[in-house]
Amino acid sequence: MNTPTPATSTAPAPGGTEALSEGARQERRLGWLLCAPAVVVMLAVTAYPIGYAIYLSLQRYDLRFPGQAKFVGFSNYGAVLSSDFWWEAFWVTLFITAVSVAVELVLGFTLALVMHRAIFGRGVVRTAILIPYGIVTVVAAYSWQYAWTPDTGYLAALLPSGDAPLTEQWPAIGLIILAEVWKTTPFMALLLLAGLALVPEETLRAAMVDGASAWQRFALVTVPLMKPAILVALLFRTLDAFRIFDNIYILTSGAHGTGSVSILGYDNLFTALNLGIGSAISVLIFICVGVIAFAFIKLFGAAAPGAEETGR
Amino acid sequence: MASAGKRHITGWAIANTVVIAYALFPVWWIAALSFKEPSTLTDGNFIPEKWTLDNYRGIFDTSEFTRALINSIGIALIATVIAVVLGTMAAYAVARLRFPGKKLLIGMSLLIAMFPPISLVSPLFNIERILGIFDTWPGLIIPYMTFSLPLAIYTLSAFFREIPWDLEKAAKVDGATPAQAFRLVIAPLAAPGVFTTAILVFIFCWNDFLFAISLTSTTAARTVPAAIAFFTGSSQFQQPTGSIAAAAVVITIPIIVFVLLFQRRIVAGLTSGAVKG
Repeated sequence: MNTPTPATSTAPAPGGTEALSEGARQERRLGWLLCAPAVVVMLAVTAYPIGYAIYLSLQRYDLRFPGQAKFVGFSNYGAVLSSDFWWEAFWVTLFITAVSVAVELVLGFTLALVMHRAIFGRGVVRTAILIPYGIVTVVAAYSWQYAWTPDTGYLAALLPSGDAPLTEQWPAIGLIILAEVWKTTPFMALLLLAGLALVPEETLRAAMVDGASAWQRFALVTVPLMKPAILVALLFRTLDAFRIFDNIYILTSGAHGTGSVSILGYDNLFTALNLGIGSAISVLIFICVGVIAFAFIKLFGAAAPGAEETGR
Repeated sequence: MASAGKRHITGWAIANTVVIAYALFPVWWIAALSFKEPSTLTDGNFIPEKWTLDNYRGIFDTSEFTRALINSIGIALIATVIAVVLGTMAAYAVARLRFPGKKLLIGMSLLIAMFPPISLVSPLFNIERILGIFDTWPGLIIPYMTFSLPLAIYTLSAFFREIPWDLEKAAKVDGATPAQAFRLVIAPLAAPGVFTTAILVFIFCWNDFLFAISLTSTTAARTVPAAIAFFTGSSQFQQPTGSIAAAAVVITIPIIVFVLLFQRRIVAGLTSGAVKG
């Protein structure tokens, strides 16, 4: 990658804070000025609401009885964490996340290799693969729902008559995973494809000359060199899968023990109208996502995307 | 040798076909449903026996769908424009200027990109009710900034880093005014990146379902993905399958058009920010 040229020739060495030239000071001010609107908006739509969610989660706040709102400390968290609904949703979410990300990694790698090595039709394949990525999740979910509904669907027709997979817990979870995998594998494949492009062809050729088999070249050369790209793709997809909502909402509405934590939060808010409990669930999901991100970055050493550029 | 080459080509043709079939068949299935007559809706065929446009006529007859379509287009466009303008300013600063706090900005947008939307829904629901923007366009445009701004800042700063900014200086040395240098040299180089980012942001906003069903209650601001989920049949004994399929096809068309026209750029945009670092 080409090294960036310094933006201005007059810019002082970073760290020379006392002796800032007029030009550098102006540049600083311009930088802050240009970033300010984006920062203000991002804080207003995320930091403030999440702070407010923490505040709400410490209240008894039921929209059906607004007069009875009062501070209750951590009792909402106690109620959520001691309920079977939360734990069932939590394990279901974790299961869907783990299985779909694992399947996507394998499938996505295969797709990426096909696109990387294809002799012809690369453009067509890349275009086709973007369609699942771009299509509205709700639309795709309806397509799957109709496909698996007895009488309407071509896929349900393959099953013994009377089977309605969407009304049974494990088959339904399997179909939710299928819908999720179909929709998001292309994203994984494209990130991995970009990673493949960074593997130098000469290194692979050298390994071939040394007598490495195709599998050895893949496992011992390609994968280690792609590790950063793989980890970033996994991090993105894991966080994304943990937030799963649209597919489940359309396919089962969370019935028959298929609800994710997001569905549970939604139900508590909009069916039960309980803002206190709903907010406690929101905060818990936020913490879960934070833990996953932290684990990826600290334990597996996934570079946070953009980390290198900030290191400059 | 020739036959080995031929086998090779056949192999790739099969691989390509499998990939394309994988990508397209759910789309094909819902499109087929949308063209079926009510009597053949349940036959499970991939090709409608009798083609009809009644499902499309049906959805455009009601204001529910057209209203949702207008909401979708308007809200996604406005959110995209705001995100791209603010994102361009910030990304330019990140790519080109030296100032303390750059790292913090990137870190912050990364953090926000990972935010679970459901965590924002409960506070936003209450804040918007208090502010009186619940169930209005701004009520959706503002939350859409949560994912579109970080996305815009990322992809744009990746694009901007590739621009040879020295060209601007060279143009000025050659006698161009700063405005000319920007208009004739930098703007044409930056435009494709800005445009790509706009498409990606638009796809994200167009796709949103959770905010759209949580922060709207009437047709005033409900977008198509949310409206579809509330479709009812023309009588209580009728499933709205045909209408849902037709509406689904209508909102899929813009995405397919974008993908077909800008395939290369979308791929570049998706991968540049994330993998090149």
